[in-house]
Amino acid sequence: MHEMSLAQSIVELAEEQARARHSEAVEELELEIGRLAGVELQTLDFALESAVKGSLLEHARIIRHIIDGEGQCTDCGNVFPMDALFASCPSCGSYCVKILKGKELRVKSIVIK
Amino acid sequence: MCGTCGCGEHHHHEHDHAHGHEHHHHHPDEDKVITLEQDILQRNNLLAERNRGYFEAKEIFCLNLMSSLGSGKTTLLEETVRRLKDKQSLFVIEGDQQTSNDADRIAALNIPVFQVNTGTGCHLEADMVNHAVKHLAPATGSILFVENVGNLVCPAMFDLGEAKKVVIVSTTEGDDKPLKYPHIFAEADVCVINKVDLAPYLDTNVEVLKENALKVNHHLTVFEVSATKGTGMDAWCDWLVSECAKCK
Repeated sequence: MHEMSLAQSIVELAEEQARARHSEAVEELELEIGRLAGVELQTLDFALESAVKGSLLEHARIIRHIIDGEGQCTDCGNVFPMDALFASCPSCGSYCVKILKGKELRVKSIVIK
Repeated sequence: MCGTCGCGEHHHHEHDHAHGHEHHHHHPDEDKVITLEQDILQRNNLLAERNRGYFEAKEIFCLNLMSSLGSGKTTLLEETVRRLKDKQSLFVIEGDQQTSNDADRIAALNIPVFQVNTGTGCHLEADMVNHAVKHLAPATGSILFVENVGNLVCPAMFDLGEAKKVVIVSTTEGDDKPLKYPHIFAEADVCVINKVDLAPYLDTNVEVLKENALKVNHHLTVFEVSATKGTGMDAWCDWLVSECAKCK
């Protein structure tokens, strides 16, 4: 369950930024998670619930932006939506596909008190 | 200016925007909003880059070996060590939740090895490799094998600073594993298909297994081996030696 490591990284990252600004609490946390990033969203929510306990993020509102997958065929250049890490190009059938979007795992912003 | 999205100065955040995104929330005082845009794995990635810099400076060829439990990672490593130890300086970091069983197997071949026990952790992270490397002090020009925790899911996400990620999949796992667990195959540079000698007794088609791996990642270099019978081991070992030479 790597989501626990991710949740801990999120908390550390946000706390570090809040502390550097002498803040006592993080009110809001905004995340960007791609659908192809290899993260189980429910598991991440669950992991975050316990990771924020006793931290500056304990009462933070968590906003998740989910980014859909998008790929480009390296053979014909077609850009198309991807809902799995491997997909054949709907136009030419090639599996030589480059992922353009959906691998994001970012803390976009925090709001501090 | 809106601290989160950088859009125009005088608008309210409770209506839908016409400029390409929506806000589902009200922004509090703007000076409290800190835009980070930081990768969640940033800390691990930075430390992985430090490891990578160290390996480059010392011309060490570092490989991260990943696979599910029982695919034969340690057996492959033992056979590789037997074949290369007289030609090449070799070092091993073993990752397991508990025990030093794997490290003991490698140590029996008179190769410097360091065991990392992750406790409940399901994968190695860059700081563990950083710590292990300080103890192990691999020699200049050597090959450093990092055997990750047996897990076909979690290790995919964590850069350790290696030059190549190797995923090992055995014929006993079935030929659809790359499709069922695509992340690790997508991240890998090399795929070693192990236990090819058992394929005739199983419903696994090695060609299909290879095709599936290449469907997920068409950049993969694929080796078909049997670590116990020695099949394909020459090609794998030759590749290791030639890649190690490229680090100089």
